[in-house]
Amino acid sequence: MSEWLEATFSTHRPRAIAALTRYFRDVEIAEDAFSEACVKAVADWQANAVPRDPLGWLLHVARNSGLDTVRKAQRRRDILTAQYADMSDVSHDEPADPHEVRDDVLRLLFICCHPALDRQDQIALALRIVAGLSVEEIARGFLVKARTMEQRLTRAKKKVSANPVTFETPSPSERAERLGEVSLMIYLMFNEGWSTSNSDTQIRLRVCEEAIRLARLLVDLFPGMGEQAALLSLFLFQHARRKARQDEHGGLVALDDQDRTLWDRPAMSEGFAMLQKSDRIGHAGPYRIQAAIAAEHARAPAADQTDWQTIEAHYAALFVLQPTPVVRLNHIAALAKTRGAAFALAEMDELTEDLISYRWFHTMRGGLLEETGDAASAGAAYRTALTLGPTEPERAIIMGKIAACKKKRQHLSG
Amino acid sequence: MMYAIAIYGEAGVFESLPKDKQDEVMSGHGDLQDALGKRGDYLSVKLMPPSAAVTVEPMQASGQKPLIVDGPFAETKESFLGFYAADFKDLDEALDYARVISSPVARLEVRPIAWAGGVMSTD
Repeated sequence: MSEWLEATFSTHRPRAIAALTRYFRDVEIAEDAFSEACVKAVADWQANAVPRDPLGWLLHVARNSGLDTVRKAQRRRDILTAQYADMSDVSHDEPADPHEVRDDVLRLLFICCHPALDRQDQIALALRIVAGLSVEEIARGFLVKARTMEQRLTRAKKKVSANPVTFETPSPSERAERLGEVSLMIYLMFNEGWSTSNSDTQIRLRVCEEAIRLARLLVDLFPGMGEQAALLSLFLFQHARRKARQDEHGGLVALDDQDRTLWDRPAMSEGFAMLQKSDRIGHAGPYRIQAAIAAEHARAPAADQTDWQTIEAHYAALFVLQPTPVVRLNHIAALAKTRGAAFALAEMDELTEDLISYRWFHTMRGGLLEETGDAASAGAAYRTALTLGPTEPERAIIMGKIAACKKKRQHLSG
Repeated sequence: MMYAIAIYGEAGVFESLPKDKQDEVMSGHGDLQDALGKRGDYLSVKLMPPSAAVTVEPMQASGQKPLIVDGPFAETKESFLGFYAADFKDLDEALDYARVISSPVARLEVRPIAWAGGVMSTD
């Protein structure tokens, strides 16, 4: 039974930890109190029945257990801080105000993306506190020892409490800023899971799933925000391709070569549904455009039937919003499909300085040079990419390309 | 009489279940679909999560355009996840079939259908 209940606990975890964090002004007490409540729930719900309001039950029990802990600590240290002194006055079982819940969850996520932390630690902290992954799981995802991850998380929590986030109700502009920061962190969390490395596929997929869950949580809490609907849509489109993206040996399969029958069509349908919702709300931000690009790929029955004209236009629009060299590089990749490899190669010249140490720049150049028949230069470009720290699966692909270029050259000279 | 077996639950819980428990739930649905398919027409619908929903609010006054709200109808603890509809001999039989898909993560409501039109009709 407890396995069934675990699923209920993890569903309620973000809202519960968020409310308890506001209540106790302390993430760690909140986490401990919630764990305690879950342990009690396993015993109580099996003996009696699952309550009609599991979240309300968990919150009530967690508050009491957290208060116990706080009181014991106060007695021990003989400190009575004003902060907790009037807690007994708070009515425990008022139905939660949806606006309050929304701000609580947003605050909790915002605490995790504290500016004092680097991105990886922000993601690790959110996976630990909000998603409830174990330290071991997170360590596996980031390819570090569990002990190292434990230390990183402890340090991160210390940094956060040294400069705490305010518990006042945020102003509309603060709220918008938090939502933007939190969305970016979730976007990077998904990319972390999606990126290729040696860590096992299972845990990487789990990280993607947690990012999807958090994106869905934001949509639930902020139903009128188009960018958050688009973010969820984008994730669903990407994640739908997970089975087609790896061959049986764990090697990566490029989008063009994927077996489209392996794509998860129900997930893509939901991606389209969320994109339509985002369209209805309006406001074409960067997530909305990226989701629209992913939708074009999902729509194409075969790689050679992809509507590259539309995709190229989307990238042009994205570059207006995010005029970065990497977005421009993606735009040029689309231009290669609509205007040809030679045109794209010429366009890439302007990016050389900015992206000289970006390995995708060189692998893309290699591919385009191959297309124009310049196998020698293509091989050189791939070799440059090899020196720029590719992950193991990427290295395998690049080595394959270098071998193919060599063969072509031998074929031409022989 | 036609009955609906409506499925309520907390959105996202099924997705959080370990694989073997998900399979257990799905095999119940497989069994029910097989059993219903053998005895005639039935309808079975699984809804997308509430995050995909948009709500058309009741009209404020006749002739006015209805207000469309982004989001599900209500922030309920348990959401309407999907339903089956089929002809059953009586309530007992409908309940027997409902039991096939019973699981710890779903509440099932068995309710007679007053009228149905379209591909499956009470007329």
